[in-house]
Amino acid sequence: MAIAAPLSSRPRRRRVSEQSRRSSLISYLVALVLVGLMLAPVAYIILGGFRTNSEITVDPSGFPQSWAWSNFGDVLASGSFWTQVLNSTIAAVCTTVFVVVLGLMAAYGLSRYSFRGRAAVYALFTAGLMFPLTVAITPLYILVRNLGLTNSLAGVIIPQIAFALPLTIIVLVPFLAAIPNELQEAAAIDGLGRLGFFFRMVVRLSLPGVITVGILAFIASWNAYLLPLFILNGEASYTLPLGTQAFASQYAVDTAKVLAFTSLSMIPALVFFSLFERRIVGGLTGAVKG
Amino acid sequence: MAVLREETHAEEAARGSRRPAGGGASALPPAVPSPRARSRWPKRAELLLLIGPALLVFLAFVILPVVLAAYYGFFSWSGYGAATDFVGLRNYITILTDPAFLEALSHNAFIVVMSLVLQGPLALGIALLLNRKLRFQSLIRVLIFVPYVISEVVVGLGWSLMLQSNGALNGLLEKVGLGNLATDWLSDPSAAIWTLLVIITWKYVGFAVILFLAGLQGIPDEITEAARIDGASYWQVQRYIVLPLMGPTVRIWAFLSIIGSLQLFDLVWIVWGQYVAGTAGTSTMATYMVANGRNSGSYGYGNAVAVVIFLISLVVALLYQRFILRRDSAVNTTGGAH
Repeated sequence: MAIAAPLSSRPRRRRVSEQSRRSSLISYLVALVLVGLMLAPVAYIILGGFRTNSEITVDPSGFPQSWAWSNFGDVLASGSFWTQVLNSTIAAVCTTVFVVVLGLMAAYGLSRYSFRGRAAVYALFTAGLMFPLTVAITPLYILVRNLGLTNSLAGVIIPQIAFALPLTIIVLVPFLAAIPNELQEAAAIDGLGRLGFFFRMVVRLSLPGVITVGILAFIASWNAYLLPLFILNGEASYTLPLGTQAFASQYAVDTAKVLAFTSLSMIPALVFFSLFERRIVGGLTGAVKG
Repeated sequence: MAVLREETHAEEAARGSRRPAGGGASALPPAVPSPRARSRWPKRAELLLLIGPALLVFLAFVILPVVLAAYYGFFSWSGYGAATDFVGLRNYITILTDPAFLEALSHNAFIVVMSLVLQGPLALGIALLLNRKLRFQSLIRVLIFVPYVISEVVVGLGWSLMLQSNGALNGLLEKVGLGNLATDWLSDPSAAIWTLLVIITWKYVGFAVILFLAGLQGIPDEITEAARIDGASYWQVQRYIVLPLMGPTVRIWAFLSIIGSLQLFDLVWIVWGQYVAGTAGTSTMATYMVANGRNSGSYGYGNAVAVVIFLISLVVALLYQRFILRRDSAVNTTGGAH
């Protein structure tokens, strides 16, 4: 093979490179169109935030004429925006930390201990993937209310942890199962018990998977709508999605300011995702491999 | 392990040799706990410590609500005090004979099918494109995933402002001389459901692309390289090697997409709201549930609708597993590692 390949490909090489240049040109063109389609509505939101309401009324699809920064300034100067940012941050950080910790512990138990009912417990968690929040929301609201947690971030955080666990465990189990036994035995010889091995080695070795599930949990919490809609009904406890919607109905006539508010509320998730995009795809490889 | 056990034996021997001085030789076996007995209880405690918290939270906030829904679904209940007004199957009969629910169900069915048809091929194409070695590859990826990452509220507000009858899309159409295509995208019943499908595709195609890219990364380069050396063209490699290997990934995505379509709520609720969704023909089972349950103060009825959605999802999920996922021996949502 090593000899045959250069021999047979040499006469063809020029033709191939010309062909591949043309096909990569097409690739770039298609990518450009796609990026344009995906970004157009986002660009509409962001650019609209820089326009004035009269501009938007006269020419709804135009570019900003005067670049009115005041819309953004007004939003950033309002206390309710920052309260909502804080609420969203608390909810997302707490959800992420607890999902990762609980998920990692459970995945470790499920992948590295053999015990009766192991398959059943795993099946129970994966079954959770089939039944998203929508089905449970009505009784969940009553449950949270009976616990006295309505209108508090804890009432949002705890159910979010529960609903993020199935995906977390499904992604993490292959990572943990892939850690070679020899490593654990070597650690045992060095005096590390199973739990010591968990804290000293496993957490570090499964970092790619942990980052994937962490980011997914963070973004899901940051963007969550249905659960906060049911649980939080006072402005003081609103997270950003609820606040954005409330702002939009309160200032329905001030389209430009609504667009500015909306643009600002999507920044954190975008920053987070673009920092870790590569890791997310990498971390899911184990989970979708057949 | 072997080393460890030898050490234990050595210890045992050392202790044993000391022991006869103090007690009888017969006390020897129980004095040294057998390795098995010593490890079982700590192991159980460890397991409880590791899996217990996650299992507890999961059972209390995912499984218990579904069980509660099944119970409350048999009552006419305003949500306050104990549920005492037992009505048997009356809630279910009302749901299944309510034209509004059946209409919502048909919208869900349409969205399930059209999401698969629109997003599947589109996402496969995008994933293949993004899997090629392009300059600015990671920038292009991030930009294409933007709609998937931003919240439903942002998406819903942005699109609803853009699609208003005096919004940006109609304005743009008039500018380029296609003003006669302009319509009321949101409230015209013949257009609204297609508008919803466009928004759904735009929002969620990125999720399919992420899964497909992960699946593509799982295909060893050696296989495709070998085919290229044997003279297969790029498209032949994709068609006869990559696509068949992507089968399991596509089937998992389709499963998640179907379940997601059956439970669709956020976008419809944000763009159309409770009342317009009914008249514009974009209502879903979930919006019906919230409108006729919590928002009408009928928690018993709302829970019954939740049970109906649950059962429909369950039947679809089981049928899907039985007839489609069965092919993937390793890929199985109720057992085995993926």
